[in-house]
Amino acid sequence: MIEAENLTKYYGTFLAIDDVSFEVGKGEIVGFLGPNGAGKTTTMRILSGFMPPTSGTARVAGHDIHSQSLEARKCIGYLPETVPIYKDMTVEGFLRFYGKIRGMDKRRRESRIQEVMQLCRIEGYARTYIHKLSKGYRQLVGVSQAILHEPDVLILDEPTIGIDPRQVVQIRQLIKDLGQEHTVIISTHILAEVSMICERIMIMDHGKIMAVDSAENLSQRLKGAQKIEIEVKGPAESIASRLRDVKGVFEVTIEGSGDQRKFAVECAPGEDIRDELASAVVESGFSLLGLKSYEMSVEDIFLKLTNREEN
Amino acid sequence: MVRNTLAIAGREFRVYFGSPPAYLITAVFLVITGYGFGWTSVTYMETTIQGFLGWGSFFLLFLGPALTMRLFAEEEKMGTIELLMTSPVRDIEVVLGKYLASLGTLLMMLAITLYYPLLLAWFGDPDWGPIASGYLGIFLIGAVFLSIGIFSSTLTSNQIVAYVVGSAIVLVLWFIGQAAGVAGDKVGVVFRYISISSYFPAFGRGIIDTNALIYFLSIIAVFLFLTIRSLETRRWR
Repeated sequence: MIEAENLTKYYGTFLAIDDVSFEVGKGEIVGFLGPNGAGKTTTMRILSGFMPPTSGTARVAGHDIHSQSLEARKCIGYLPETVPIYKDMTVEGFLRFYGKIRGMDKRRRESRIQEVMQLCRIEGYARTYIHKLSKGYRQLVGVSQAILHEPDVLILDEPTIGIDPRQVVQIRQLIKDLGQEHTVIISTHILAEVSMICERIMIMDHGKIMAVDSAENLSQRLKGAQKIEIEVKGPAESIASRLRDVKGVFEVTIEGSGDQRKFAVECAPGEDIRDELASAVVESGFSLLGLKSYEMSVEDIFLKLTNREEN
Repeated sequence: MVRNTLAIAGREFRVYFGSPPAYLITAVFLVITGYGFGWTSVTYMETTIQGFLGWGSFFLLFLGPALTMRLFAEEEKMGTIELLMTSPVRDIEVVLGKYLASLGTLLMMLAITLYYPLLLAWFGDPDWGPIASGYLGIFLIGAVFLSIGIFSSTLTSNQIVAYVVGSAIVLVLWFIGQAAGVAGDKVGVVFRYISISSYFPAFGRGIIDTNALIYFLSIIAVFLFLTIRSLETRRWR
């Protein structure tokens, strides 16, 4: 559905993206993950036809984004980062305008407007002027605009930024549902989000794609250590030193204050030493209040990958 | 092509009459031209719209770019241009749509002033020929100012800058004719030839000169063409 070949973009002398190539299949949800300035927005702007690459090419639904720009644009629903919606229009008027210039005939347009407003749960604001809506609702209007003409490809740049948690959940679910029929690319720097929604993750940094894989595979590949969190009641220093003595423990850090502390224990991967830790605490006469094991999150992998580049 | 252009024109036109600036500009235009019309009619005891045409054309120099400064600068500033330019519409459709909307607003402004000639007809027996050609003339120079204003609006995301640049171009094209006298014979001819003000007065006397029509339409075409090119280059900036 989307094929990008050697996309490179310079802003003046600044290299924003460097030789980026990837493919996204039909019905796939792909997440661009990366710190600010990694080149996510630039890549999306090129795919959406907003600006041309300095070199390289891309095809969307089989249409070249440069030589068949209009055809390619017809297949895309795009939500830019800034949620650019006309504040002086009503929600319905805004959707109607975008339906018109995307060539939807009147009957389909009107029924789709009602559909997307219900889907995004903004039907109660149909006649409200957009400047009166909160940021979260504007974002939902932006999303409904992107899906209005049932495009093959959805490009959503930071769709959940700056909105309240309830709406975030709502938008994520919506994107997941849309991924059933549409090809979706989203960008974000919220790590939990990509692992939640996306089938495939592309980690970008300094204009390059650092890694492409599923969330599970990424954490498998980069698993370096395992983390266990223990909550114990008692004197912190002596508990920590007792924990350090357990075989397989690399490091213990004390978190919090008072006599009821949490201890973060880093240990070798692959072995389950929760048993040993628990016995060590109980045998020393302290009360064990909690114990929890953590996988390396996408967040840790992300930080590892992007730090490695800087070093 | 036509459908997209009309959709964009329709949206812009609604924005014009849904927001204060257009009303303000119309109000200022009516106050000024009303005063010009009334003063001239009473002083010279004529049944012509010369007062309206003179004052109106001069103040359109300033009001034209004010009407159009918003068209692209605001989209650029608000980021809405990103959605517009990634929609399946051609640049020319966007430009023509917005231009049509501003022309529509100009027509509305001029339509309200039609009570000046109606007043003349009520109190006297005006000559309708010069009135009709006068209206055509003021509409055409308005259309020229708007095409220059829309061009300057694509240059910046700042409406004030767009306004200043637009009025500067308009003022140069208007007053360059006056400079013809001091510029010497050869250059003076060229100056007079490219100055808007040398073509306008004939319309008020009931003369529709083909040269003038061609001149106005060419200036409009040139500036709309420049607008489209400027919009294209913004993709590369």
